[in-house]
Amino acid sequence: MEVWLQNVTFGALVGGLYGLAAVGLALVFGVLHMLNVAHGELIMLGGYTTFWLFTLGGLDPYASLLVAGPLLFAVGVALYEGLFGRLVRLHEESKIQLSILIGFGLALVLHALAILAWTADDRAVTAAYAGRVLHVGRLVVPLTRLGGLAVAFAALGGLHLFLQRTDVGRAIRGTAEDWEAASLMGVPVRRVYRTAFALGSALAGVAGSLVAVSDAISPAIGLSWTLKALIVVVLAGLGSILGTFVAGVLLGVAESAAAFALGGVFREVVGLVLFVAVLTLRPQGLFGRKL
Amino acid sequence: MAAVGALAVLIPWVAGEAVVNWALLVLLQVVVAQSWNLLAGYGGQVNLGHAAFFGIGALVTRGLWMQGMPVAVALPVGCAAAVGAGLLVGVPSLRLRGPYFAIGTLAMAEILRIVVATVLPEVSALPAELIAGYQLLPRYYLVLLLAVAATGAVWLVEQSRFGMGLLAVREDEGVAEAVGVDSYRHKLLAFLLSASLAGAAGGAFGYYHLSFYPQFAFSPVWTFDAVLMVFLGGIGTVWGPPVGAAFFVLLREALALRLTELHVLVFGAVFVVVVLALPGGLVDFARVLRLRWVRAARPGQA
Repeated sequence: MEVWLQNVTFGALVGGLYGLAAVGLALVFGVLHMLNVAHGELIMLGGYTTFWLFTLGGLDPYASLLVAGPLLFAVGVALYEGLFGRLVRLHEESKIQLSILIGFGLALVLHALAILAWTADDRAVTAAYAGRVLHVGRLVVPLTRLGGLAVAFAALGGLHLFLQRTDVGRAIRGTAEDWEAASLMGVPVRRVYRTAFALGSALAGVAGSLVAVSDAISPAIGLSWTLKALIVVVLAGLGSILGTFVAGVLLGVAESAAAFALGGVFREVVGLVLFVAVLTLRPQGLFGRKL
Repeated sequence: MAAVGALAVLIPWVAGEAVVNWALLVLLQVVVAQSWNLLAGYGGQVNLGHAAFFGIGALVTRGLWMQGMPVAVALPVGCAAAVGAGLLVGVPSLRLRGPYFAIGTLAMAEILRIVVATVLPEVSALPAELIAGYQLLPRYYLVLLLAVAATGAVWLVEQSRFGMGLLAVREDEGVAEAVGVDSYRHKLLAFLLSASLAGAAGGAFGYYHLSFYPQFAFSPVWTFDAVLMVFLGGIGTVWGPPVGAAFFVLLREALALRLTELHVLVFGAVFVVVVLALPGGLVDFARVLRLRWVRAARPGQA
């Protein structure tokens, strides 16, 4: 029983990070109706930012969030201006398809660039407090994971407030709902698109920093993080940040339970099976609006 | 066209083994590319789990053949296995629209790859007596036959009433339904045809290679290569995928020699440029160039 509780705790801690990794993808998909399958590669770039700042500058990984976020925001603006922004005018269906294809080409490029810049080795950031744990009753909670969960929660809470309370946030939500109506109300739709895309990238950057602390990073992690984010987005459905977070935690718990009960390889399989099941049985997601 | 065909038939008689191996790889990629092109180019369905069918064809064909079954029997069985898997995957997933189909198929293929990697972790190598009897020529002609068959299949689909229906589904499912096209059945049939061709390509791969890890045949690389080649050559055309395959394999070998890792970077960049700037691929680009040239040669009629 205790072992189970410990596993569920671990899963929930990892799951918060999954939620954070997914919410940027969900934001871009919800607002721009584009699916950026290079999202995992942006997470990787965030991870390497933290890795570099830590090994070259000795900067604390949690402080480097403040660099990785804005840096990836800038990368997002550049990617939108150079690539994804060109698809805005297209018809809905072809917009989604072409965005998948462009993201796929971009993923190849970023993957190759990362190998050139940092080699294909696994890297991790090991801060002084990396191995420390917190004892809660008889449960063991690693500090870095707990910090990751806290940051994920704070980032998602901040995003929620931003979208609900500010004018820019309102413009983003309005555009997601109906861009034509938003445009008629005087919302500069293209600028909103760019902001939303850059915000999605920045969230990937923050998630990447956390990945560098609690997991390992390598140029090849992109695809698996994109898949994880996609699974969470499909589990949650669009339109709810809290739902995305909860779905992330759910996935984390399901993974660690499956790994514990059935064996390590099933960690990856259980998420994909959940994903296919939700996709076929409840395409709007567990917490999403009806499509 | 005839010249290329004659060259393909004659290559083993005029060129060395290295060139034959290279030509075989091109032809194998032609089959993979055509199989993906059939569903994506004509049916509009972006299947990102294509590698699963290639892998099943490879695994089943190789398994049966190594147990002593003649390859002429093992390959069709491998094809049939891929079609069976296509039914299992296609029936639920083809009800999904747009991006959900793409990522749903990707997820299913990843499940299969992980399972295969777990169940069959050992490298699959040919036993000594099979290596002793190994001949390149029959393998080359088998792949050549498959490449011709795959291209012929796409050509036939393009000419047929079924192909017309498929194109209508690609352009607008609602309109296609309204004029009496059963879009789900069209998509499913195209999906199964595509799976069978991918299975055949995989079978030939399993028959050709001396040793490989079973999970490699399920690697998403096979899907991604197909996507690249089809878009490079020209999606939804009969001759685009062969042109794309030749261009892709040639460039890959040339770049990999000089640039090693960097060749992926070049491919990714070229791919993005093609998707954004040349949606018709190389085949269409050549047509446009020729039109310009003809117009320039006859200025009076432009």
